[in-house]
Amino acid sequence: MKVVEKKNEWQEKTEEIDNILKNYKDDSSSLIEVLHKVQNLVGYLPKELQKKVANSLNTVPGDVSSVISFYSHFSEFPKGEYQIAICKGTACYVKGSQKIIEKIEDKYGISAGESTEDGKLSLEVVRCLGACGLAPVMTINGRAHGLLNPEKAVGIIEKYLNGEM
Amino acid sequence: MNGDKVTIWINDDEYSVDPEMTVLEAAQEAGKDIPTLCYLKDINEIGACRLCLVEIENTGKLAASCITPVSDGMKIKTNTSRVRNTRKLNLEFLLSNHKIDCPTCLKNEDCELRKIAEKLKVRENRFEGKKSSFAVDDSTPSLFRDSEKCILCRRCENVCREVQSVRAIMAEGRGFDTVIDTAFYDNLAESPCVMCGQCSLVCPTGAITEVEYIDEVWAAIADPDKHVVVQTAPAVRVALSEAFGNKPGTIFTGQMVAALRKLGFDRVFDTNFTADLTIMEEGTELIKRIKDGGKLPLFTSCSPGWIKFIEHYYPEYLDNLSSCKSPQQMFGAVANSYYAEKENINPENLVVVSIMPCTAKKYEAQRPEMEGEVDYVLTTRELARMINEAGFNANELKEEEHDQLLGVSSGAGAIFGSTGGVMEAALRTAYEIITGEELKQLDFTEVRGFDGIKKTSVQIGDLNLKVAVANGLSNARKIMEMIKEGEEFHFVEFMACPGGCLGGGGQPLPATEDVLKRRMDAIYEIDSSKKYRKSHENPYIKKIYEEYFEEPGSHKAHELLHTTYIYRGI
Repeated sequence: MKVVEKKNEWQEKTEEIDNILKNYKDDSSSLIEVLHKVQNLVGYLPKELQKKVANSLNTVPGDVSSVISFYSHFSEFPKGEYQIAICKGTACYVKGSQKIIEKIEDKYGISAGESTEDGKLSLEVVRCLGACGLAPVMTINGRAHGLLNPEKAVGIIEKYLNGEM
Repeated sequence: MNGDKVTIWINDDEYSVDPEMTVLEAAQEAGKDIPTLCYLKDINEIGACRLCLVEIENTGKLAASCITPVSDGMKIKTNTSRVRNTRKLNLEFLLSNHKIDCPTCLKNEDCELRKIAEKLKVRENRFEGKKSSFAVDDSTPSLFRDSEKCILCRRCENVCREVQSVRAIMAEGRGFDTVIDTAFYDNLAESPCVMCGQCSLVCPTGAITEVEYIDEVWAAIADPDKHVVVQTAPAVRVALSEAFGNKPGTIFTGQMVAALRKLGFDRVFDTNFTADLTIMEEGTELIKRIKDGGKLPLFTSCSPGWIKFIEHYYPEYLDNLSSCKSPQQMFGAVANSYYAEKENINPENLVVVSIMPCTAKKYEAQRPEMEGEVDYVLTTRELARMINEAGFNANELKEEEHDQLLGVSSGAGAIFGSTGGVMEAALRTAYEIITGEELKQLDFTEVRGFDGIKKTSVQIGDLNLKVAVANGLSNARKIMEMIKEGEEFHFVEFMACPGGCLGGGGQPLPATEDVLKRRMDAIYEIDSSKKYRKSHENPYIKKIYEEYFEEPGSHKAHELLHTTYIYRGI
């Protein structure tokens, strides 16, 4: 798997992380809320950070990794500068989103859940973005692009990479 | 309504039942047989496997009986063709993602999945398709995990969480990739797993089993240069016979000893002897700590699951642990020194085998601080398999006695196999040593029984000794929290497994509450029938101190019978 593991990058944000955690001391029932906040801050949730969260919420690391491995929103690895989320919900699937996924995987050498070595792109497969009328749909950093085919999708991604979007 | 009861119909028969009951409980009480697989009373009631389905006529729907509460006027059908076919279909789906490996699977005859497939009469594998693929976990000497046999019933996860409060394994991932695993998909050896094996007792398949050492033991027995001695833990003799079809609680000591001789062991010794030795050392340690103002409360150290638990979760209390090795390890140390010297055996040719009710003992024997004292540990289940493999009927054997020297024991040693036993044994000896008077009433019933936490105080001369007993690690955790909050005790016994060693992770299946209770009764029966009931009266204990250790807590005793612990954290 190609992942960009910038070692200890999150530790520069220790103070801000501690500020989040101190409001939830020993409150393991707030785990998901805390993970949202910490991931929003850091961008991803590496192992050591999961252990830190577990310790602060008075739970065990396994209960944290269990949640993170269940919800695709949470990532153990850093995401790319441009985060592609491609929909594989029913409408998009019927309209050929699988071909688009394959094309992206092939062209950039990453699988769903991974980032390119240069840290530019990451790919995520999601279920329904709520824009079925535009199927097949993808979002890049939250911005929706619809009525895609494999060539069109790659064309849009290239524009992001070239700074044209 | 009839008082505070509700009226329900099961297969057209009317019943008046407690409204708090589930349909499954009501049906079981009415003697109706409903298949269950994931269900584990009070521990795992999640309706995951869908094999306990019944039809509720009022709604026309099928419902998982283990999680459906009864309601007044409910009409339940447990045996319609729709119920039978749907149960069977659900089981076929479970089997479709199960590594079907039955003839070579260690779980084999004990496998609940296999039994239920027979019961529901599954005759073909209709759904051949992609199966989940996971690596096996053979990282520990105690437990082996093959997640391709796992059906995600969650029993292990919830025993680990609710009964033991260890939380070493849980569901990771999602959908087809879901696997019961440790945090970050690490292996068990890198996790806070305490090796207690309670998961292996409840796993309905071969996904979690003990690591077998039977072949290694056969090889040692077959080697003419090796002198192979075996020790038998107190809780094995009251459970082993269940594997040969006897009723739980059968005392099988004599047949067990005879069977071990027949298997080819050169000497059959008893862990009960070193349990007596443990009392001498630990009792002395307790008295010394009280007199000299040492660290209190003193915690017992016989249960290796408990030891690993405190090392992970309460390492700041390691100084409270007795420095005594467990009876298993004391035996290993004494066999390799006292016994080897006395019998003129080169310790290099001596092989020490243990029969234990415990999977954590396998790990304990390999702890670096004590390596080489005990060579192989077999669980009660493995001994039963070894006897079956040898091809004789243990039930028909004439009773024999343990070999002397390291095989004679008191009733105090016998009760080590039950929760509260170490405490009671220690009190019997401590009382007489401290007061110099004979203890008249030997039974300390306050520390007996299945309560998770037992607290009492005992007047010994001028000293009001406050003691507590915990069995099951979630209860151990509760006592640790009480101590943290300032509650004072002098002496606390901790056993990792519910009921103590008699409920150990290496015992025969099934280990239901009723089975455990019968094993406990048998242990106290052994105690009350013993000639000596106090460890310090055991003539061979007197002899080993006269000939070898001089006195409890001596320099030599410390060298051989005491150990150290590791600060682990989580």
